[in-house]
Amino acid sequence: MHVDPEILRLVAFLVGVIAFAALNAAYLVWLERKEAAHIQRRIGPKEVGPFGLLQPLVDGIKLMTKQLIVPAGVDPVLFKIAPILVMVPAIMSFVAIPFSDTLVARNLDLGLLVIFAFASVNVLGLLLGAWGSRNKYAVISAARVVSQNVAYEIPMLVTVVTLVMISGTMNLSEIVGLQMGGFWHWNILNLAASPLMPVAFLIFFVCMLAETNRAPFDMAEAESELVAGAFTEYSGMGFGVFFMGEYANIVIGASVATILFLGGWDCPFGLFPGVHWFLIKMYFLIFTVIWIRWTFPRTTFYGLLNLSWKILIPISFVNLILTSAMLKVF
Amino acid sequence: MSALIQSQANETFVLNLGPQHPATHGVLRVKLTMDGEYIVEAEPVLGYIHRMHEKMGENRTWAQFLPNTGRMDYLHALAFNHGYVALVERAAGITVPERAEYLRVITTELNRVSSHLLWFGAFILDLGGFSPLLYAFDDREHILDLLESVTGSRLTYCYFRFGGVYNDIDDNFVPGARAFIKRLRERMPMYHNLVTKNIILMKRLQEVGPISAEMCRKYGATGPVCRGSGINFDVRKHEPYSIYPEMDFEVPVYEQGDSMARYMVRMDEIEQSLRIVEQALDKLPEGPVMAEKVPKILKPPKGDYYHAVETARGSFGVRAVSDGGNIPYRLKLRSPTFSNLSLFGEACRGMLLPDALALMGSLDLVIPEIDR
Repeated sequence: MHVDPEILRLVAFLVGVIAFAALNAAYLVWLERKEAAHIQRRIGPKEVGPFGLLQPLVDGIKLMTKQLIVPAGVDPVLFKIAPILVMVPAIMSFVAIPFSDTLVARNLDLGLLVIFAFASVNVLGLLLGAWGSRNKYAVISAARVVSQNVAYEIPMLVTVVTLVMISGTMNLSEIVGLQMGGFWHWNILNLAASPLMPVAFLIFFVCMLAETNRAPFDMAEAESELVAGAFTEYSGMGFGVFFMGEYANIVIGASVATILFLGGWDCPFGLFPGVHWFLIKMYFLIFTVIWIRWTFPRTTFYGLLNLSWKILIPISFVNLILTSAMLKVF
Repeated sequence: MSALIQSQANETFVLNLGPQHPATHGVLRVKLTMDGEYIVEAEPVLGYIHRMHEKMGENRTWAQFLPNTGRMDYLHALAFNHGYVALVERAAGITVPERAEYLRVITTELNRVSSHLLWFGAFILDLGGFSPLLYAFDDREHILDLLESVTGSRLTYCYFRFGGVYNDIDDNFVPGARAFIKRLRERMPMYHNLVTKNIILMKRLQEVGPISAEMCRKYGATGPVCRGSGINFDVRKHEPYSIYPEMDFEVPVYEQGDSMARYMVRMDEIEQSLRIVEQALDKLPEGPVMAEKVPKILKPPKGDYYHAVETARGSFGVRAVSDGGNIPYRLKLRSPTFSNLSLFGEACRGMLLPDALALMGSLDLVIPEIDR
């Protein structure tokens, strides 16, 4: 029987992408717990498996065997669909991410656009879940999530537009291809295009924290204020899927930052570029995200909006104008 | 259409904060009337952990009530012990040996430091910073070990007796306490660098949740809450008891009245308490730790007695009416946090929910002490 190799390739990539997303979501929980523990002078999970490495499996089994409670009075359709709406777009985004010059599920010409389109579905999922669960804390949380995402998508996308102008393409593989040959070629140090490039990276990183609802911008599930925010009414795997979606989004955010600013799979010294460099950079960014969470207290909601509208958006526009001027002049 | 918009503008909803909520640190319920995220009105609802301590006092002998005092404010149990014990001693005319008074002050002040450290960690946790809690607990653990070696318990102490303390310190206590003072003094700059000077924390606390001196007087707020609003009042200084007049310490007072002022008052008080402990350790006299001839069955003469002490949260007053029997006729406890919480309803009006919770955290609530 003859099977089209293209179909085999598709199946292999689908399985690979889902496995990568799910494994990351599971083991980032382990990483977060271990890292938090060491920051706080504890040991962290250590009972299940060596260094507690099997802890995510046990957590997963626990969540799956728990009863999925659908409280009385909720909108059952929205309540059940919301976690999936967070999880699926996050996994779909992996399709467009090039891990190395050969390892990419679909080399799309509009890869960057696809990722940001999927990323904006995330907030819809949170909003529907919070609204559907008919909980006051959840609704407050949903209102916060929406205005937070609106506020932070603007500087993020303006920064991305700046990069697209520099690269002249939205194909992620090509964007990385332009940065090959050592760290002085990476966009973060591309001072010839705009002297504000390192600042642009910081803006992108802060926006990524806010987009993925990570501390110090975790307004959505500010547990000392809103109990568990949008997830208050969720139990068992409903909560688990939200949780995995959140971690998958962090992986996506770190990957995009790696591709746009840190040269993707390029080696800092121009030697042996490959998927390992991509993973090192990505996990370093994720490590930093977790590090920030366990160090800083939470900002307030108005502090967060002030930061976006008064600082990040003006700077990112200045960077955009500066870059276009520099591109025109030189 | 315009009617629709108008009705929406006036629309408020009721949000139940607690009795099970991470920010209330216990079974406190606050009924909030909210306009969006703004608080229109807040009404604390008490009584979820009411145990009738005052009524229990009327049903048991003077000595039998003593362990109850440690169960009210479990974080500064020794000060509550001290208030009750000093009251009964005043009523029955018992003189306490000097060494016992010194031991009382040393242990009470160490307990105050442990209470402030726990508040520090829990307060930053309310603001979303997780890690300082564990560091504060690490330091607090040393105090608990020290106090365990003296009192035999780690949380709800019952160390003081009418006429002294029940147990003398062992040989390791004095060097251990000195080592702890040195250790905490070395670590306080770390807390200030990591937490106090953090820009996010400063923005969350400065000019947030102002409490005026008038409001403090109106509601009878004491302790760090009133000292953060510019009222210089500390029972240890202004109605001195025990050996506090012999000690050289300052009362930190901040004028601003915001959450940051209350935060700074407590952080400064840690240092002042360490100073008191240090001096008391230097001066610690030899001698008995228990007065002789304390009657087994205590019968204070007929009368009306009052004694106040300064706890970590403010002034704790005990009033007892004795009819000359072995059981108090009436026992009235004035606990500091009850008054401090009472001003929350007025203070948080018009605030955003996260700011109001920062304000609530800065009041340092211990719910079993409010409900008694």
